[in-house]
Amino acid sequence: MTDITNNDLIELLGGKFGNKITGVNEPYGLLTFETTKDVIIEVLQFLKENEVANMNFLTDITAVHYPEKNQIAVVYHLHSMVKRIRIRVKVFIHEHTPTIPTATVLWKSANWMERETYDFFGVKFEGHPDLRRILNMDELNVHPMLKQYPLEDPNRVDKKDEYFGR
Amino acid sequence: MSDINIVDAPPGIEGSGFFATSLDKVIGLARSHSLWPLPFATSCCGIEFMATMGSHYDFGRFGSERLSFSPRQADLLMVMGTIAKKMSPVLKQVYLQMAEPRWVIAVGACASSGGIFDTYSVLQGIDEIIPVDVYVPGCPPRPEAILDGFGKIQELVKNESGRRRHSDQYKQMLASYGIE
Repeated sequence: MTDITNNDLIELLGGKFGNKITGVNEPYGLLTFETTKDVIIEVLQFLKENEVANMNFLTDITAVHYPEKNQIAVVYHLHSMVKRIRIRVKVFIHEHTPTIPTATVLWKSANWMERETYDFFGVKFEGHPDLRRILNMDELNVHPMLKQYPLEDPNRVDKKDEYFGR
Repeated sequence: MSDINIVDAPPGIEGSGFFATSLDKVIGLARSHSLWPLPFATSCCGIEFMATMGSHYDFGRFGSERLSFSPRQADLLMVMGTIAKKMSPVLKQVYLQMAEPRWVIAVGACASSGGIFDTYSVLQGIDEIIPVDVYVPGCPPRPEAILDGFGKIQELVKNESGRRRHSDQYKQMLASYGIE
Protein backbone atom coordinates (compact mmCIF):
# COMPACT_ATOMS: atom_id res chain seq x y z
CA MET A 1 0.00 0.00 0.00
CA THR A 2 1.58 3.26 -1.09
CA ASP A 3 1.11 6.73 0.34
CA ILE A 4 -0.55 9.41 -1.77
CA THR A 5 0.30 13.07 -2.32
CA ASN A 6 -1.74 16.25 -2.14
CA ASN A 7 -1.76 16.39 -5.94
CA ASP A 8 -3.27 12.91 -6.17
CA LEU A 9 -6.05 13.99 -3.80
CA ILE A 10 -6.82 17.18 -5.72
CA GLU A 11 -7.01 15.30 -9.02
CA LEU A 12 -9.29 12.76 -7.42
CA LEU A 13 -11.62 15.42 -5.98
CA GLY A 14 -11.56 17.57 -9.13
CA GLY A 15 -12.50 14.59 -11.25
CA LYS A 16 -15.43 13.76 -9.00
CA PHE A 17 -16.79 17.17 -7.97
CA GLY A 18 -15.38 19.54 -10.61
CA ASN A 19 -15.99 23.22 -9.91
CA LYS A 20 -17.50 22.49 -6.47
CA ILE A 21 -13.90 22.28 -5.23
CA THR A 22 -12.41 25.78 -4.95
CA GLY A 23 -9.72 27.73 -3.13
CA VAL A 24 -7.18 24.91 -3.15
CA ASN A 25 -4.18 25.83 -1.02
CA GLU A 26 -1.39 24.11 0.88
CA PRO A 27 -0.51 26.19 3.97
CA TYR A 28 2.33 24.42 5.82
CA GLY A 29 1.84 21.45 3.49
CA LEU A 30 -1.70 20.76 4.70
CA LEU A 31 -4.01 20.43 1.71
CA THR A 32 -6.94 22.82 2.15
CA PHE A 33 -9.91 23.46 -0.09
CA GLU A 34 -13.35 25.02 0.02
CA THR A 35 -16.63 23.53 -1.02
CA THR A 36 -20.32 24.32 -0.63
CA LYS A 37 -22.82 23.14 1.92
CA ASP A 38 -25.06 21.36 -0.60
CA VAL A 39 -22.29 18.84 -1.41
CA ILE A 40 -20.25 18.82 1.82
CA ILE A 41 -21.60 15.51 3.05
CA GLU A 42 -21.02 13.93 -0.37
CA VAL A 43 -17.45 15.27 -0.38
CA LEU A 44 -16.79 13.93 3.14
CA GLN A 45 -18.38 10.59 2.28
CA PHE A 46 -16.29 10.36 -0.89
CA LEU A 47 -13.09 11.12 1.03
CA LYS A 48 -14.02 8.59 3.70
CA GLU A 49 -15.07 5.73 1.47
CA ASN A 50 -12.88 6.16 -1.59
CA GLU A 51 -10.19 3.48 -1.56
CA VAL A 52 -7.45 5.83 -2.71
CA ALA A 53 -8.09 8.65 -0.23
CA ASN A 54 -9.30 6.51 2.67
CA MET A 55 -9.84 9.42 5.09
CA ASN A 56 -11.26 7.21 7.79
CA PHE A 57 -10.69 9.50 10.79
CA LEU A 58 -12.49 12.75 11.55
CA THR A 59 -9.96 14.77 13.54
CA ASP A 60 -12.01 17.88 14.23
CA ILE A 61 -14.92 20.08 13.31
CA THR A 62 -14.71 23.74 14.20
CA ALA A 63 -15.60 27.14 12.77
CA VAL A 64 -14.19 30.60 12.13
CA HIS A 65 -16.21 33.81 12.17
CA TYR A 66 -15.43 36.46 9.53
CA PRO A 67 -17.59 39.44 10.53
CA GLU A 68 -16.27 41.66 7.71
CA LYS A 69 -17.48 39.08 5.17
CA ASN A 70 -20.67 38.25 7.14
CA GLN A 71 -19.60 34.64 6.92
CA ILE A 72 -18.82 31.69 9.14
CA ALA A 73 -16.42 29.06 7.87
CA VAL A 74 -17.11 25.54 9.10
CA VAL A 75 -13.82 23.63 9.06
CA TYR A 76 -13.42 19.85 8.86
CA HIS A 77 -10.09 18.14 9.51
CA LEU A 78 -9.76 14.61 8.13
CA HIS A 79 -6.94 12.14 8.56
CA SER A 80 -6.16 9.01 6.62
CA MET A 81 -4.65 6.56 9.09
CA VAL A 82 -3.90 4.21 6.19
CA LYS A 83 -2.38 6.64 3.70
CA ARG A 84 -0.75 8.87 6.32
CA ILE A 85 -2.15 12.14 5.01
CA ARG A 86 -4.36 14.88 6.35
CA ILE A 87 -6.79 17.25 4.66
CA ARG A 88 -8.77 20.33 5.64
CA VAL A 89 -12.18 21.17 4.19
CA LYS A 90 -13.84 24.57 4.60
CA VAL A 91 -17.44 25.50 3.95
CA PHE A 92 -18.44 29.17 4.05
CA ILE A 93 -21.99 29.84 5.22
CA HIS A 94 -23.81 33.10 5.91
CA GLU A 95 -23.64 34.30 9.52
CA HIS A 96 -27.37 35.06 9.67
CA THR A 97 -28.41 31.63 8.37
CA PRO A 98 -25.72 29.36 9.81
CA THR A 99 -27.08 25.98 8.82
CA ILE A 100 -25.19 22.99 7.41
CA PRO A 101 -26.01 19.26 7.17
CA THR A 102 -24.71 17.11 9.99
CA ALA A 103 -21.72 14.82 9.59
CA THR A 104 -22.99 12.43 12.26
CA VAL A 105 -24.33 10.27 9.43
CA LEU A 106 -20.70 9.49 8.55
CA TRP A 107 -18.87 9.62 11.89
CA LYS A 108 -20.47 9.15 15.32
CA SER A 109 -17.62 11.27 16.70
CA ALA A 110 -19.02 14.29 14.87
CA ASN A 111 -21.78 14.45 17.48
CA TRP A 112 -19.81 16.24 20.22
CA MET A 113 -17.70 18.23 17.75
CA GLU A 114 -20.85 19.67 16.19
CA ARG A 115 -22.34 20.37 19.59
CA GLU A 116 -19.20 22.32 20.48
CA THR A 117 -19.31 24.26 17.20
CA TYR A 118 -22.97 25.02 17.85
CA ASP A 119 -22.18 26.07 21.41
CA PHE A 120 -19.47 28.55 20.46
CA PHE A 121 -20.50 29.72 16.97
CA GLY A 122 -24.24 29.02 16.76
CA VAL A 123 -23.85 26.85 13.67
CA LYS A 124 -26.99 24.72 13.34
CA PHE A 125 -26.20 21.23 12.10
CA GLU A 126 -29.36 19.98 10.40
CA GLY A 127 -30.19 16.39 11.27
CA HIS A 128 -27.98 16.33 14.40
CA PRO A 129 -29.58 13.95 16.94
CA ASP A 130 -29.06 16.16 20.02
CA LEU A 131 -27.92 19.67 19.20
CA ARG A 132 -27.53 21.48 22.54
CA ARG A 133 -24.72 23.24 24.41
CA ILE A 134 -21.86 21.02 25.54
CA LEU A 135 -19.29 23.23 27.30
CA ASN A 136 -20.82 26.56 28.25
CA MET A 137 -23.49 26.88 30.90
CA ASP A 138 -27.01 26.28 29.65
CA GLU A 139 -28.19 29.75 30.72
CA LEU A 140 -25.75 31.49 28.38
CA ASN A 141 -27.84 33.20 25.73
CA VAL A 142 -25.07 33.99 23.23
CA HIS A 143 -22.59 32.03 21.14
CA PRO A 144 -19.46 33.56 22.65
CA MET A 145 -16.89 33.01 19.90
CA LEU A 146 -18.83 35.16 17.44
CA LYS A 147 -16.80 38.32 17.23
CA GLN A 148 -19.57 40.77 18.15
CA TYR A 149 -19.34 39.49 21.76
CA PRO A 150 -16.56 40.74 24.03
CA LEU A 151 -14.05 38.16 25.16
CA GLU A 152 -13.59 39.76 28.58
CA ASP A 153 -16.05 39.67 31.44
CA PRO A 154 -17.70 43.07 32.10
CA ASN A 155 -17.73 42.42 35.88
CA ARG A 156 -13.95 42.59 36.12
CA VAL A 157 -13.06 45.49 38.43
CA ASP A 158 -9.33 45.27 39.13
CA LYS A 159 -8.25 46.07 35.56
CA LYS A 160 -9.95 49.45 35.28
CA ASP A 161 -7.69 52.18 33.92
CA GLU A 162 -8.12 54.40 36.98
CA TYR A 163 -6.18 51.90 39.10
CA PHE A 164 -3.20 52.31 36.78
CA GLY A 165 -3.28 56.10 36.40
CA ARG A 166 -4.49 55.90 32.79
CA MET B 1 9.83 14.88 76.68
CA SER B 2 6.90 16.45 74.95
CA ASP B 3 7.10 19.93 73.46
CA ILE B 4 3.40 20.28 72.85
CA ASN B 5 2.18 23.85 73.27
CA ILE B 6 -1.14 24.58 74.86
CA VAL B 7 -2.99 27.78 74.01
CA ASP B 8 -3.15 30.47 76.66
CA ALA B 9 -6.40 31.01 78.48
CA PRO B 10 -8.42 33.97 77.26
CA PRO B 11 -8.33 37.13 79.37
CA GLY B 12 -10.55 36.83 82.43
CA ILE B 13 -10.77 37.14 86.16
CA GLU B 14 -8.89 34.55 88.09
CA GLY B 15 -9.02 33.70 91.75
CA SER B 16 -8.68 30.84 94.11
CA GLY B 17 -10.74 27.99 92.66
CA PHE B 18 -12.42 29.91 89.87
CA PHE B 19 -11.78 31.51 86.52
CA ALA B 20 -14.32 33.76 84.87
CA THR B 21 -14.37 34.88 81.26
CA SER B 22 -16.96 35.41 78.57
CA LEU B 23 -18.58 32.48 76.79
CA ASP B 24 -17.76 34.02 73.39
CA LYS B 25 -14.06 33.87 74.11
CA VAL B 26 -14.11 30.26 75.28
CA ILE B 27 -16.15 29.11 72.31
CA GLY B 28 -14.03 31.16 69.92
CA LEU B 29 -10.85 29.66 71.34
CA ALA B 30 -12.17 26.13 70.96
CA ARG B 31 -13.57 26.69 67.48
CA SER B 32 -10.50 28.38 66.12
CA HIS B 33 -8.36 25.35 66.95
CA SER B 34 -10.70 22.75 65.56
CA LEU B 35 -11.85 24.15 62.22
CA TRP B 36 -12.90 21.48 59.77
CA PRO B 37 -12.07 22.73 56.29
CA LEU B 38 -13.89 21.69 53.15
CA PRO B 39 -11.36 21.87 50.31
CA PHE B 40 -13.05 22.99 47.11
CA ALA B 41 -9.96 22.51 44.96
CA THR B 42 -10.37 22.99 41.23
CA SER B 43 -6.86 23.66 39.97
CA CYS B 44 -3.22 24.43 40.81
CA CYS B 45 -4.01 26.15 44.13
CA GLY B 46 -5.47 22.79 45.11
CA ILE B 47 -2.06 21.21 44.47
CA GLU B 48 -0.51 23.76 46.81
CA PHE B 49 -3.13 22.85 49.36
CA MET B 50 -2.14 19.19 49.04
CA ALA B 51 1.40 20.25 49.90
CA THR B 52 -0.03 22.24 52.82
CA MET B 53 -1.75 19.11 54.07
CA GLY B 54 1.42 17.06 53.66
CA SER B 55 3.87 16.22 56.40
CA HIS B 56 6.28 19.09 55.62
CA TYR B 57 3.81 21.93 56.25
CA ASP B 58 1.37 19.79 58.24
CA PHE B 59 -1.91 21.68 58.26
CA GLY B 60 -2.98 19.39 61.09
CA ARG B 61 -0.85 21.41 63.50
CA PHE B 62 -3.59 24.03 63.54
CA GLY B 63 -6.41 21.72 64.44
CA SER B 64 -7.44 21.02 60.87
CA GLU B 65 -6.21 17.48 60.61
CA ARG B 66 -9.67 16.35 59.67
CA LEU B 67 -10.84 17.59 56.30
CA SER B 68 -14.56 17.42 55.84
CA PHE B 69 -15.66 16.37 52.40
CA SER B 70 -19.25 16.84 53.44
CA PRO B 71 -20.30 20.49 53.58
CA ARG B 72 -22.73 19.71 56.39
CA GLN B 73 -19.92 19.04 58.85
CA ALA B 74 -17.50 21.69 57.61
CA ASP B 75 -16.75 25.03 59.26
CA LEU B 76 -14.47 26.54 56.65
CA LEU B 77 -14.93 26.50 52.89
CA MET B 78 -11.57 26.75 51.18
CA VAL B 79 -12.06 27.67 47.52
CA MET B 80 -8.83 26.99 45.68
CA GLY B 81 -8.76 27.49 41.94
CA THR B 82 -10.63 28.88 38.98
CA ILE B 83 -14.41 28.81 39.28
CA ALA B 84 -16.04 28.69 35.86
CA LYS B 85 -19.50 30.23 35.64
CA LYS B 86 -20.87 26.78 34.95
CA MET B 87 -19.41 25.70 38.31
CA SER B 88 -20.79 28.63 40.30
CA PRO B 89 -24.22 27.11 41.15
CA VAL B 90 -22.36 24.07 42.53
CA LEU B 91 -20.13 26.24 44.71
CA LYS B 92 -23.10 28.21 45.95
CA GLN B 93 -24.98 25.05 46.82
CA VAL B 94 -21.99 23.73 48.76
CA TYR B 95 -21.93 27.01 50.70
CA LEU B 96 -25.66 26.82 51.39
CA GLN B 97 -25.33 23.27 52.67
CA MET B 98 -22.80 24.31 55.30
CA ALA B 99 -24.19 24.97 58.77
CA GLU B 100 -23.64 28.28 60.57
CA PRO B 101 -21.19 29.44 61.71
CA ARG B 102 -19.30 29.09 58.45
CA TRP B 103 -16.27 30.85 57.06
CA VAL B 104 -14.91 31.15 53.53
CA ILE B 105 -11.34 31.61 52.36
CA ALA B 106 -10.55 32.40 48.72
CA VAL B 107 -7.13 30.94 47.95
CA GLY B 108 -5.26 32.30 44.95
CA ALA B 109 -5.82 34.90 42.28
CA CYS B 110 -8.54 32.99 40.40
CA ALA B 111 -10.83 32.47 43.37
CA SER B 112 -10.21 36.05 44.55
CA SER B 113 -10.59 37.99 41.31
CA GLY B 114 -10.65 35.66 38.32
CA GLY B 115 -6.88 35.89 37.99
CA ILE B 116 -5.56 35.65 34.47
CA PHE B 117 -8.91 34.32 33.27
CA ASP B 118 -10.55 37.62 32.36
CA THR B 119 -13.04 35.89 30.10
CA TYR B 120 -16.75 35.39 29.61
CA SER B 121 -16.77 31.86 30.97
CA VAL B 122 -15.02 32.41 34.31
CA LEU B 123 -16.40 33.90 37.52
CA GLN B 124 -14.47 37.10 38.33
CA GLY B 125 -13.96 36.21 41.98
CA ILE B 126 -16.14 33.98 44.13
CA ASP B 127 -17.33 37.04 46.06
CA GLU B 128 -19.76 37.56 43.20
CA ILE B 129 -21.80 34.64 44.55
CA ILE B 130 -20.81 33.99 48.20
CA PRO B 131 -19.35 36.15 50.99
CA VAL B 132 -15.61 35.72 51.57
CA ASP B 133 -13.78 36.24 54.88
CA VAL B 134 -10.13 36.03 53.83
CA TYR B 135 -8.39 36.35 50.46
CA VAL B 136 -4.99 34.74 49.91
CA PRO B 137 -3.08 36.31 47.01
CA GLY B 138 -0.72 34.35 44.79
CA CYS B 139 -0.75 32.38 41.58
CA PRO B 140 -0.62 29.91 43.17
CA PRO B 141 0.17 30.98 46.76
CA ARG B 142 2.85 29.00 48.57
CA PRO B 143 1.77 26.78 51.45
CA GLU B 144 3.09 29.40 53.87
CA ALA B 145 0.64 31.90 52.40
CA ILE B 146 -2.24 29.45 52.75
CA LEU B 147 -1.24 28.84 56.37
CA ASP B 148 -1.06 32.61 56.93
CA GLY B 149 -4.54 33.02 55.47
CA PHE B 150 -5.76 30.23 57.70
CA GLY B 151 -4.22 32.05 60.67
CA LYS B 152 -6.25 35.11 59.72
CA ILE B 153 -9.38 32.96 59.70
CA GLN B 154 -8.47 31.64 63.14
CA GLU B 155 -8.20 35.22 64.42
CA LEU B 156 -11.65 35.99 63.00
CA VAL B 157 -13.10 32.89 64.61
CA LYS B 158 -11.47 33.68 67.95
CA ASN B 159 -12.80 37.23 68.08
CA GLU B 160 -16.24 36.72 66.59
CA SER B 161 -19.16 37.75 68.76
CA GLY B 162 -21.64 34.99 69.51
CA ARG B 163 -24.40 37.29 68.32
CA ARG B 164 -22.87 38.20 64.97
CA ARG B 165 -24.68 35.54 62.96
CA HIS B 166 -28.03 36.74 64.33
CA SER B 167 -27.43 40.41 63.63
CA ASP B 168 -29.40 42.36 61.06
CA GLN B 169 -26.16 43.44 59.45
CA TYR B 170 -25.18 39.82 58.83
CA LYS B 171 -28.62 38.96 57.48
CA GLN B 172 -28.51 41.94 55.15
CA MET B 173 -25.10 40.87 53.94
CA LEU B 174 -26.43 37.38 53.14
CA ALA B 175 -29.50 38.87 51.51
CA SER B 176 -27.27 40.92 49.22
CA TYR B 177 -26.02 37.57 47.89
CA GLY B 178 -29.58 36.33 47.53
CA ILE B 179 -29.23 33.87 50.41
CA GLU B 180 -32.36 33.39 52.58
